[in-house]
Amino acid sequence: MIEFFTEAWNSLPPLVQYLTVTTWKILIVTIGVILIVAFSTYFERKVIGSMQARIGPNRVGPFGLLQPFADVIKLLIKEVIVPSQSSKFLFVIAPLLSLTPALATWAVIPLNDWYVIADINAGLLYVLALTSVGVYGVILAGWATNSKYALLGAMRSAAQIVAYEIAMGFALVGVLMAGGSLNLGAIVEAQAGGVSHWFLLPLLPLFVVYWVSGVAETNRAPFDVAEGESEIVAGFHVEYSGVAFAVFFLAEYANMVLISTLTAIFFLGGWASPFEGWTFLNDIAGLAWLTAGGLHWLFLKMCFFMYTFFWLRATFPRYRYDQIMRLGWKVFIPVTIVWIAVEGVMAWFQIGPWAGLNA
Amino acid sequence: MNRTISYIKTFALWELLLGLSVTLRNFFRKSVTLEYPEEKTPQSHRFRGLHALRRYPNGEERCIACKLCEAVCPALAITIESDVSDDGTRRTTRYDIDLFKCIYCGFCEEACPVDAIVETRIHEYHMESPGENIMTKDKLLAVGDKFDAMISADKAADAKYR
Repeated sequence: MIEFFTEAWNSLPPLVQYLTVTTWKILIVTIGVILIVAFSTYFERKVIGSMQARIGPNRVGPFGLLQPFADVIKLLIKEVIVPSQSSKFLFVIAPLLSLTPALATWAVIPLNDWYVIADINAGLLYVLALTSVGVYGVILAGWATNSKYALLGAMRSAAQIVAYEIAMGFALVGVLMAGGSLNLGAIVEAQAGGVSHWFLLPLLPLFVVYWVSGVAETNRAPFDVAEGESEIVAGFHVEYSGVAFAVFFLAEYANMVLISTLTAIFFLGGWASPFEGWTFLNDIAGLAWLTAGGLHWLFLKMCFFMYTFFWLRATFPRYRYDQIMRLGWKVFIPVTIVWIAVEGVMAWFQIGPWAGLNA
Repeated sequence: MNRTISYIKTFALWELLLGLSVTLRNFFRKSVTLEYPEEKTPQSHRFRGLHALRRYPNGEERCIACKLCEAVCPALAITIESDVSDDGTRRTTRYDIDLFKCIYCGFCEEACPVDAIVETRIHEYHMESPGENIMTKDKLLAVGDKFDAMISADKAADAKYR
Protein backbone atom coordinates (compact mmCIF):
# COMPACT_ATOMS: atom_id res chain seq x y z
CA MET A 1 0.00 0.00 0.00
CA ILE A 2 2.67 2.47 1.07
CA GLU A 3 4.78 1.51 -1.94
CA PHE A 4 1.82 2.19 -4.17
CA PHE A 5 1.45 5.72 -2.84
CA THR A 6 5.19 6.35 -3.00
CA GLU A 7 5.21 5.20 -6.59
CA ALA A 8 2.15 7.25 -7.47
CA TRP A 9 3.80 10.26 -5.89
CA ASN A 10 7.07 9.70 -7.71
CA SER A 11 5.28 9.29 -11.01
CA LEU A 12 3.88 12.82 -10.72
CA PRO A 13 5.69 15.60 -12.62
CA PRO A 14 8.02 17.65 -10.37
CA LEU A 15 5.92 20.76 -10.85
CA VAL A 16 2.79 19.02 -9.54
CA GLN A 17 4.75 17.61 -6.62
CA TYR A 18 6.07 21.06 -5.81
CA LEU A 19 2.64 22.65 -6.06
CA THR A 20 1.05 20.01 -3.84
CA VAL A 21 3.72 20.29 -1.14
CA THR A 22 3.63 24.09 -1.19
CA THR A 23 -0.16 24.19 -1.04
CA TRP A 24 -0.12 21.97 2.02
CA LYS A 25 2.59 24.10 3.62
CA ILE A 26 0.55 27.25 2.95
CA LEU A 27 -2.60 25.62 4.34
CA ILE A 28 -0.86 24.52 7.52
CA VAL A 29 0.65 27.96 8.13
CA THR A 30 -2.56 29.84 7.32
CA ILE A 31 -4.74 27.67 9.52
CA GLY A 32 -2.17 27.91 12.29
CA VAL A 33 -2.09 31.68 12.05
CA ILE A 34 -5.87 31.96 12.00
CA LEU A 35 -6.16 29.70 15.06
CA ILE A 36 -3.54 31.78 16.88
CA VAL A 37 -5.48 34.90 15.90
CA ALA A 38 -8.73 33.41 17.21
CA PHE A 39 -7.23 32.53 20.56
CA SER A 40 -5.27 35.75 20.86
CA THR A 41 -8.58 37.64 20.92
CA TYR A 42 -9.56 35.40 23.82
CA PHE A 43 -6.25 35.82 25.62
CA GLU A 44 -6.28 39.56 25.05
CA ARG A 45 -9.55 39.82 26.92
CA LYS A 46 -8.32 37.49 29.66
CA VAL A 47 -5.01 39.33 30.10
CA ILE A 48 -6.55 42.79 30.12
CA GLY A 49 -9.25 41.47 32.43
CA SER A 50 -6.65 40.19 34.88
CA MET A 51 -4.83 43.50 34.81
CA GLN A 52 -8.09 45.24 35.71
CA ALA A 53 -8.85 42.70 38.47
CA ARG A 54 -11.61 41.15 36.37
CA ILE A 55 -12.03 37.59 35.07
CA GLY A 56 -12.67 38.07 31.37
CA PRO A 57 -14.72 35.74 29.17
CA ASN A 58 -15.60 32.55 31.06
CA ARG A 59 -19.07 31.58 29.88
CA VAL A 60 -18.62 29.81 26.52
CA GLY A 61 -17.02 26.43 26.98
CA PRO A 62 -14.48 25.55 29.69
CA PHE A 63 -12.81 28.78 30.94
CA GLY A 64 -14.53 30.57 28.05
CA LEU A 65 -12.15 28.94 25.57
CA LEU A 66 -14.85 28.73 22.90
CA GLN A 67 -15.52 32.46 23.08
CA PRO A 68 -13.62 33.27 19.83
CA PHE A 69 -15.77 30.78 17.92
CA ALA A 70 -18.95 32.25 19.38
CA ASP A 71 -17.75 35.69 18.29
CA VAL A 72 -16.93 34.48 14.80
CA ILE A 73 -20.30 32.79 14.37
CA LYS A 74 -22.05 35.90 15.60
CA LEU A 75 -20.18 38.08 13.11
CA LEU A 76 -20.74 35.63 10.26
CA ILE A 77 -24.52 35.62 10.61
CA LYS A 78 -24.79 39.38 10.92
CA GLU A 79 -25.81 41.50 7.97
CA VAL A 80 -23.10 43.25 5.95
CA ILE A 81 -24.31 46.79 5.45
CA VAL A 82 -22.89 48.62 2.45
CA PRO A 83 -23.53 52.37 2.74
CA SER A 84 -25.48 53.66 -0.26
CA GLN A 85 -23.06 56.54 -0.87
CA SER A 86 -19.98 54.33 -0.71
CA SER A 87 -17.82 53.04 -3.50
CA LYS A 88 -19.16 49.49 -3.44
CA PHE A 89 -16.30 47.59 -5.05
CA LEU A 90 -13.57 49.24 -2.98
CA PHE A 91 -15.69 48.99 0.14
CA VAL A 92 -15.91 45.22 -0.21
CA ILE A 93 -12.34 44.66 -1.34
CA ALA A 94 -10.67 46.85 1.32
CA PRO A 95 -10.85 44.31 4.18
CA LEU A 96 -9.29 41.69 1.91
CA LEU A 97 -6.52 44.10 0.97
CA SER A 98 -5.62 44.51 4.60
CA LEU A 99 -5.79 40.79 5.40
CA THR A 100 -3.88 39.42 2.41
CA PRO A 101 -0.50 41.09 3.10
CA ALA A 102 -0.67 40.04 6.75
CA LEU A 103 -1.03 36.40 5.69
CA ALA A 104 1.20 36.57 2.61
CA THR A 105 4.19 37.72 4.65
CA TRP A 106 4.26 34.33 6.33
CA ALA A 107 5.65 32.92 3.10
CA VAL A 108 9.20 33.92 3.97
CA ILE A 109 9.11 33.35 7.71
CA PRO A 110 11.19 30.37 8.84
CA LEU A 111 9.24 28.43 11.47
CA ASN A 112 12.21 26.17 12.18
CA ASP A 113 15.40 25.20 10.37
CA TRP A 114 13.57 23.60 7.45
CA TYR A 115 9.94 24.74 7.44
CA VAL A 116 9.67 27.86 5.31
CA ILE A 117 7.23 28.16 2.41
CA ALA A 118 9.47 30.27 0.17
CA ASP A 119 13.15 30.38 1.10
CA ILE A 120 13.93 33.51 -0.91
CA ASN A 121 17.07 35.58 -0.54
CA ALA A 122 15.28 38.93 -0.45
CA GLY A 123 13.04 37.87 2.44
CA LEU A 124 13.60 41.05 4.45
CA LEU A 125 12.68 43.27 1.50
CA TYR A 126 9.59 41.16 0.90
CA VAL A 127 8.57 41.59 4.53
CA LEU A 128 9.08 45.36 4.38
CA ALA A 129 7.14 45.61 1.14
CA LEU A 130 4.17 43.57 2.30
CA THR A 131 3.84 45.18 5.72
CA SER A 132 3.67 48.54 3.90
CA VAL A 133 1.00 47.28 1.51
CA GLY A 134 -1.27 46.57 4.48
CA VAL A 135 -2.01 50.27 4.84
CA TYR A 136 -3.81 50.27 1.49
CA GLY A 137 -6.64 48.29 3.02
CA VAL A 138 -7.07 50.90 5.74
CA ILE A 139 -6.87 53.86 3.36
CA LEU A 140 -9.23 52.32 0.81
CA ALA A 141 -11.69 51.39 3.55
CA GLY A 142 -11.69 54.93 4.87
CA TRP A 143 -12.00 56.41 1.38
CA ALA A 144 -14.62 54.02 0.03
CA THR A 145 -16.86 54.41 3.07
CA ASN A 146 -17.49 58.05 2.12
CA SER A 147 -17.76 59.12 5.74
CA LYS A 148 -15.83 61.90 7.43
CA TYR A 149 -14.88 59.82 10.43
CA ALA A 150 -13.64 56.98 8.29
CA LEU A 151 -11.64 59.33 6.09
CA LEU A 152 -10.05 60.98 9.14
CA GLY A 153 -9.10 57.59 10.50
CA ALA A 154 -7.63 56.54 7.19
CA MET A 155 -5.59 59.73 6.83
CA ARG A 156 -4.23 59.41 10.36
CA SER A 157 -3.36 55.79 9.80
CA ALA A 158 -1.64 56.55 6.50
CA ALA A 159 0.51 59.34 7.94
CA GLN A 160 1.37 57.24 10.96
CA ILE A 161 2.37 54.19 8.97
CA VAL A 162 4.48 56.24 6.54
CA ALA A 163 6.31 57.80 9.50
CA TYR A 164 6.96 54.56 11.32
CA GLU A 165 7.77 52.57 8.21
CA ILE A 166 10.98 54.60 7.88
CA ALA A 167 12.11 53.98 11.45
CA MET A 168 11.22 50.31 11.00
CA GLY A 169 13.24 50.12 7.79
CA PHE A 170 16.26 51.72 9.46
CA ALA A 171 15.99 49.33 12.39
CA LEU A 172 16.02 46.46 9.92
CA VAL A 173 19.10 47.92 8.23
CA GLY A 174 20.85 47.37 11.56
CA VAL A 175 19.62 43.77 11.62
CA LEU A 176 20.74 43.35 8.04
CA MET A 177 24.22 44.64 8.89
CA ALA A 178 24.46 42.30 11.85
CA GLY A 179 23.01 39.27 10.13
CA GLY A 180 24.79 39.78 6.85
CA SER A 181 21.85 38.51 4.82
CA LEU A 182 18.37 39.46 3.66
CA ASN A 183 17.22 35.87 4.07
CA LEU A 184 15.30 35.48 7.33
CA GLY A 185 16.60 31.93 7.83
CA ALA A 186 20.16 33.19 7.52
CA ILE A 187 19.42 36.00 9.99
CA VAL A 188 18.22 33.44 12.52
CA GLU A 189 21.26 31.25 11.92
CA ALA A 190 23.52 34.25 12.50
CA GLN A 191 22.02 34.48 16.00
CA ALA A 192 22.53 30.80 16.85
CA GLY A 193 24.46 30.01 20.00
CA GLY A 194 22.34 31.16 22.94
CA VAL A 195 21.16 34.45 24.38
CA SER A 196 24.56 36.14 24.13
CA HIS A 197 24.53 35.74 20.36
CA TRP A 198 21.12 37.25 19.86
CA PHE A 199 20.92 40.69 18.30
CA LEU A 200 18.89 41.84 21.30
CA LEU A 201 21.80 43.34 23.26
CA PRO A 202 24.06 44.77 20.54
CA LEU A 203 21.01 46.22 18.79
CA LEU A 204 18.94 47.11 21.87
CA PRO A 205 17.86 50.60 20.70
CA LEU A 206 16.95 49.19 17.30
CA PHE A 207 14.96 46.45 19.01
CA VAL A 208 12.97 49.00 21.03
CA VAL A 209 12.41 51.15 17.95
CA TYR A 210 11.38 48.18 15.85
CA TRP A 211 8.99 46.87 18.46
CA VAL A 212 7.34 50.23 19.13
CA SER A 213 7.11 50.95 15.40
CA GLY A 214 5.56 47.51 15.02
CA VAL A 215 2.91 48.39 17.58
CA ALA A 216 2.30 51.66 15.73
CA GLU A 217 2.19 49.88 12.39
CA THR A 218 -0.54 47.49 13.55
CA ASN A 219 -2.60 50.46 14.80
CA ARG A 220 -2.71 49.01 18.28
CA ALA A 221 -2.98 50.91 21.56
CA PRO A 222 -1.33 53.25 22.46
CA PHE A 223 -1.00 54.15 18.76
CA ASP A 224 -4.58 53.37 17.74
CA VAL A 225 -5.46 56.84 16.47
CA ALA A 226 -6.76 55.24 13.27
CA GLU A 227 -9.60 53.78 15.32
CA GLY A 228 -9.72 56.33 18.12
CA GLU A 229 -13.04 55.22 19.60
CA SER A 230 -13.32 58.31 21.77
CA GLU A 231 -12.63 60.78 18.96
CA ILE A 232 -13.69 59.35 15.62
CA VAL A 233 -15.96 56.47 16.70
CA ALA A 234 -14.10 53.58 15.05
CA GLY A 235 -12.14 55.37 12.35
CA PHE A 236 -11.74 53.57 9.07
CA HIS A 237 -14.04 50.65 9.90
CA VAL A 238 -16.89 52.72 11.29
CA GLU A 239 -19.37 51.54 8.62
CA TYR A 240 -18.23 47.93 8.47
CA SER A 241 -20.34 45.17 9.96
CA GLY A 242 -20.61 41.41 9.92
CA VAL A 243 -18.08 39.45 7.91
CA ALA A 244 -16.36 42.54 6.49
CA PHE A 245 -15.68 43.77 9.99
CA ALA A 246 -14.54 40.32 11.04
CA VAL A 247 -11.97 40.36 8.23
CA PHE A 248 -10.59 43.70 9.46
CA PHE A 249 -10.42 42.26 12.93
CA LEU A 250 -8.65 39.18 11.62
CA ALA A 251 -6.20 41.37 9.70
CA GLU A 252 -5.37 43.44 12.76
CA TYR A 253 -4.62 40.40 14.87
CA ALA A 254 -2.82 38.60 12.05
CA ASN A 255 -0.60 41.69 11.80
CA MET A 256 0.04 41.54 15.53
CA VAL A 257 1.07 37.89 15.32
CA LEU A 258 3.24 38.72 12.34
CA ILE A 259 5.02 41.64 14.03
CA SER A 260 5.55 39.52 17.15
CA THR A 261 7.09 36.72 15.10
CA LEU A 262 9.24 39.11 13.07
CA THR A 263 10.55 40.78 16.23
CA ALA A 264 11.39 37.36 17.62
CA ILE A 265 13.19 36.44 14.40
CA PHE A 266 15.14 39.68 14.02
CA PHE A 267 16.21 40.25 17.61
CA LEU A 268 15.49 37.15 19.71
CA GLY A 269 16.95 34.49 17.48
CA GLY A 270 13.70 33.18 16.00
CA TRP A 271 13.50 29.42 16.42
CA ALA A 272 16.94 29.23 18.04
CA SER A 273 17.05 28.14 21.66
CA PRO A 274 18.29 30.62 24.28
CA PHE A 275 20.05 27.76 26.11
CA GLU A 276 22.03 26.58 23.12
CA GLY A 277 25.38 25.29 24.33
CA TRP A 278 24.18 24.50 27.87
CA THR A 279 25.09 20.88 27.29
CA PHE A 280 24.36 19.81 30.87
CA LEU A 281 20.65 20.32 30.16
CA ASN A 282 20.82 17.51 27.60
CA ASP A 283 21.80 15.06 30.34
CA ILE A 284 18.65 15.77 32.36
CA ALA A 285 15.81 13.61 31.11
CA GLY A 286 12.93 15.52 29.56
CA LEU A 287 14.78 18.80 29.22
CA ALA A 288 16.47 18.19 25.87
CA TRP A 289 13.87 20.37 24.14
CA LEU A 290 15.22 23.36 26.04
CA THR A 291 18.51 23.31 24.15
CA ALA A 292 17.09 22.21 20.81
CA GLY A 293 15.93 24.97 18.52
CA GLY A 294 12.53 24.60 16.88
CA LEU A 295 9.01 25.84 16.42
CA HIS A 296 8.33 25.73 20.16
CA TRP A 297 10.88 28.48 20.83
CA LEU A 298 9.54 30.67 18.05
CA PHE A 299 6.04 30.12 19.43
CA LEU A 300 7.08 30.99 22.98
CA LYS A 301 8.81 34.17 21.84
CA MET A 302 5.79 35.11 19.74
CA CYS A 303 3.52 34.53 22.75
CA PHE A 304 5.72 36.81 24.84
CA PHE A 305 5.38 39.62 22.34
CA MET A 306 1.65 39.05 21.96
CA TYR A 307 1.40 39.34 25.73
CA THR A 308 3.35 42.58 25.53
CA PHE A 309 0.85 43.87 22.97
CA PHE A 310 -1.98 43.28 25.47
CA TRP A 311 0.14 44.58 28.32
CA LEU A 312 0.80 47.84 26.49
CA ARG A 313 -2.86 48.19 25.68
CA ALA A 314 -3.85 47.72 29.31
CA THR A 315 -1.24 50.22 30.50
CA PHE A 316 -0.97 53.24 28.25
CA PRO A 317 -3.52 55.83 27.19
CA ARG A 318 -3.70 56.76 23.50
CA TYR A 319 -1.01 59.03 22.12
CA ARG A 320 -2.09 62.39 20.83
CA TYR A 321 -1.70 62.58 17.06
CA ASP A 322 1.07 65.21 17.01
CA GLN A 323 2.94 63.28 19.70
CA ILE A 324 2.89 60.21 17.50
CA MET A 325 4.34 62.21 14.62
CA ARG A 326 6.99 63.76 16.85
CA LEU A 327 8.00 60.38 18.26
CA GLY A 328 8.24 58.85 14.82
CA TRP A 329 10.09 61.58 12.96
CA LYS A 330 12.10 63.36 15.66
CA VAL A 331 13.03 60.50 17.99
CA PHE A 332 12.94 57.13 16.30
CA ILE A 333 14.53 58.01 12.98
CA PRO A 334 17.51 59.88 14.55
CA VAL A 335 17.97 57.10 17.12
CA THR A 336 18.08 54.40 14.46
CA ILE A 337 20.49 56.36 12.25
CA VAL A 338 22.81 57.01 15.19
CA TRP A 339 22.75 53.39 16.23
CA ILE A 340 23.45 52.15 12.73
CA ALA A 341 26.52 54.39 12.74
CA VAL A 342 27.56 53.16 16.19
CA GLU A 343 27.06 49.57 15.12
CA GLY A 344 29.13 50.05 11.98
CA VAL A 345 32.03 51.71 13.78
CA MET A 346 32.03 49.21 16.65
CA ALA A 347 31.90 46.24 14.34
CA TRP A 348 34.69 47.72 12.20
CA PHE A 349 36.96 48.03 15.25
CA GLN A 350 35.75 44.70 16.69
CA ILE A 351 34.64 46.19 20.04
CA GLY A 352 32.52 44.63 22.76
CA PRO A 353 29.38 42.69 21.89
CA TRP A 354 29.60 44.00 18.35
CA ALA A 355 32.84 42.17 17.68
CA GLY A 356 31.13 39.08 16.35
CA LEU A 357 28.88 40.93 13.91
CA ASN A 358 29.57 40.68 10.21
CA ALA A 359 30.74 44.16 9.36
CA MET B 1 23.11 67.40 35.50
CA ASN B 2 19.37 67.14 36.04
CA ARG B 3 18.97 67.51 32.31
CA THR B 4 21.33 64.60 31.72
CA ILE B 5 19.46 62.41 34.21
CA SER B 6 16.16 63.29 32.61
CA TYR B 7 17.55 62.39 29.16
CA ILE B 8 18.85 59.06 30.46
CA LYS B 9 15.49 58.37 32.08
CA THR B 10 13.66 59.22 28.85
CA PHE B 11 15.78 56.94 26.71
CA ALA B 12 15.64 54.14 29.25
CA LEU B 13 11.82 54.42 29.02
CA TRP B 14 11.82 54.73 32.80
CA GLU B 15 8.32 56.16 33.24
CA LEU B 16 6.85 53.68 30.78
CA LEU B 17 8.47 50.76 32.61
CA LEU B 18 7.03 52.07 35.88
CA GLY B 19 3.58 52.08 34.32
CA LEU B 20 4.07 48.59 32.94
CA SER B 21 5.16 47.34 36.35
CA VAL B 22 1.91 48.61 37.87
CA THR B 23 -0.22 46.67 35.40
CA LEU B 24 2.00 43.61 35.78
CA ARG B 25 1.53 43.66 39.56
CA ASN B 26 -2.20 43.86 39.06
CA PHE B 27 -2.05 41.01 36.56
CA PHE B 28 -1.01 38.66 39.37
CA ARG B 29 -3.58 40.01 41.82
CA LYS B 30 -6.68 38.00 42.48
CA SER B 31 -9.63 39.27 40.46
CA VAL B 32 -12.50 40.72 42.44
CA THR B 33 -15.27 39.70 40.04
CA LEU B 34 -18.37 38.22 41.64
CA GLU B 35 -19.92 35.71 39.28
CA TYR B 36 -23.45 36.92 39.90
CA PRO B 37 -25.96 34.19 39.26
CA GLU B 38 -23.76 31.66 41.07
CA GLU B 39 -22.31 33.96 43.70
CA LYS B 40 -24.12 36.75 45.52
CA THR B 41 -23.03 39.63 47.68
CA PRO B 42 -23.93 39.50 51.38
CA GLN B 43 -27.17 41.38 52.07
CA SER B 44 -28.24 43.42 55.07
CA HIS B 45 -31.55 42.56 56.74
CA ARG B 46 -32.37 46.22 56.16
CA PHE B 47 -32.15 45.81 52.40
CA ARG B 48 -35.02 47.65 50.72
CA GLY B 49 -36.39 45.72 47.75
CA LEU B 50 -39.81 44.65 46.57
CA HIS B 51 -42.74 45.70 48.75
CA ALA B 52 -45.12 43.43 50.64
CA LEU B 53 -48.25 43.81 52.76
CA ARG B 54 -48.25 41.73 55.93
CA ARG B 55 -50.99 39.97 57.88
CA TYR B 56 -51.45 39.18 61.58
CA PRO B 57 -50.85 35.54 62.53
CA ASN B 58 -54.63 34.95 62.49
CA GLY B 59 -54.76 35.96 58.81
CA GLU B 60 -56.23 39.41 59.31
CA GLU B 61 -54.74 42.21 57.19
CA ARG B 62 -52.57 44.58 59.18
CA CYS B 63 -53.30 47.61 56.99
CA ILE B 64 -55.89 49.97 58.50
CA ALA B 65 -55.91 52.44 55.58
CA CYS B 66 -54.48 55.31 57.63
CA LYS B 67 -52.81 56.56 54.43
CA LEU B 68 -49.66 57.70 56.27
CA CYS B 69 -47.55 55.88 53.72
CA GLU B 70 -49.38 57.57 50.88
CA ALA B 71 -48.74 60.93 52.53
CA VAL B 72 -45.06 60.35 53.26
CA CYS B 73 -44.20 58.83 49.90
CA PRO B 74 -41.82 61.34 48.25
CA ALA B 75 -42.37 59.84 44.79
CA LEU B 76 -46.19 59.71 45.03
CA ALA B 77 -45.96 56.03 44.14
CA ILE B 78 -48.70 54.85 46.52
CA THR B 79 -52.43 55.16 45.81
CA ILE B 80 -54.92 54.09 48.49
CA GLU B 81 -58.73 53.98 48.52
CA SER B 82 -60.57 52.84 51.63
CA ASP B 83 -64.03 51.79 52.78
CA VAL B 84 -65.77 50.20 55.75
CA SER B 85 -65.49 46.45 55.48
CA ASP B 86 -68.15 43.85 56.26
CA ASP B 87 -66.98 43.46 59.88
CA GLY B 88 -67.20 47.22 60.42
CA THR B 89 -63.45 47.91 60.35
CA ARG B 90 -61.66 50.41 58.14
CA ARG B 91 -59.93 48.62 55.29
CA THR B 92 -58.31 49.47 51.97
CA THR B 93 -60.21 48.65 48.81
CA ARG B 94 -57.26 49.61 46.69
CA TYR B 95 -53.58 49.68 47.57
CA ASP B 96 -51.34 50.29 44.51
CA ILE B 97 -47.61 50.88 44.43
CA ASP B 98 -46.13 51.98 41.13
CA LEU B 99 -42.72 50.32 41.04
CA PHE B 100 -41.56 52.72 38.31
CA LYS B 101 -42.22 55.70 40.55
CA CYS B 102 -40.97 54.10 43.76
CA ILE B 103 -37.46 55.13 44.81
CA TYR B 104 -37.15 52.43 47.51
CA CYS B 105 -36.53 54.96 50.28
CA GLY B 106 -38.37 52.92 52.89
CA PHE B 107 -40.36 55.88 54.25
CA CYS B 108 -43.66 53.96 53.88
CA GLU B 109 -42.26 51.23 56.08
CA GLU B 110 -41.13 53.82 58.67
CA ALA B 111 -44.47 55.62 58.59
CA CYS B 112 -46.67 52.55 59.01
CA PRO B 113 -48.08 52.36 62.57
CA VAL B 114 -49.03 48.67 62.26
CA ASP B 115 -45.99 47.36 60.27
CA ALA B 116 -48.25 46.46 57.36
CA ILE B 117 -46.26 47.72 54.39
CA VAL B 118 -42.65 46.50 54.37
CA GLU B 119 -39.86 46.32 51.88
CA THR B 120 -38.46 42.84 51.52
CA ARG B 121 -35.00 41.75 50.48
CA ILE B 122 -36.26 40.57 47.09
CA HIS B 123 -34.41 42.52 44.42
CA GLU B 124 -34.45 40.06 41.52
CA TYR B 125 -37.82 40.72 39.91
CA HIS B 126 -38.85 41.93 36.51
CA MET B 127 -41.89 42.97 34.45
CA GLU B 128 -42.75 41.50 31.10
CA SER B 129 -45.64 43.64 29.92
CA PRO B 130 -46.96 47.18 30.52
CA GLY B 131 -49.03 47.50 33.69
CA GLU B 132 -47.09 44.88 35.63
CA ASN B 133 -45.19 47.71 37.30
CA ILE B 134 -48.32 48.41 39.42
CA MET B 135 -48.22 46.27 42.54
CA THR B 136 -51.89 45.83 43.46
CA LYS B 137 -53.14 44.93 46.93
CA ASP B 138 -53.51 41.27 45.97
CA LYS B 139 -49.99 41.04 44.63
CA LEU B 140 -48.57 42.80 47.69
CA LEU B 141 -50.44 40.48 50.05
CA ALA B 142 -49.29 37.48 48.06
CA VAL B 143 -45.65 38.57 48.40
CA GLY B 144 -46.23 39.08 52.11
CA ASP B 145 -47.74 35.59 52.51
CA LYS B 146 -45.05 33.91 50.50
CA PHE B 147 -42.07 35.50 52.26
CA ASP B 148 -43.63 35.86 55.72
CA ALA B 149 -40.86 33.88 57.42
CA MET B 150 -38.12 36.00 55.88
CA ILE B 151 -39.89 39.28 56.65
CA SER B 152 -40.52 38.30 60.28
CA ALA B 153 -36.89 37.24 60.73
CA ASP B 154 -35.63 40.53 59.26
CA LYS B 155 -37.95 42.58 61.49
CA ALA B 156 -36.85 40.61 64.55
CA ALA B 157 -33.18 41.15 63.65
CA ASP B 158 -33.74 44.89 63.35
CA ALA B 159 -36.00 45.28 66.40
CA LYS B 160 -33.19 45.82 68.92
CA TYR B 161 -31.94 48.90 67.01
CA ARG B 162 -35.32 50.64 67.08
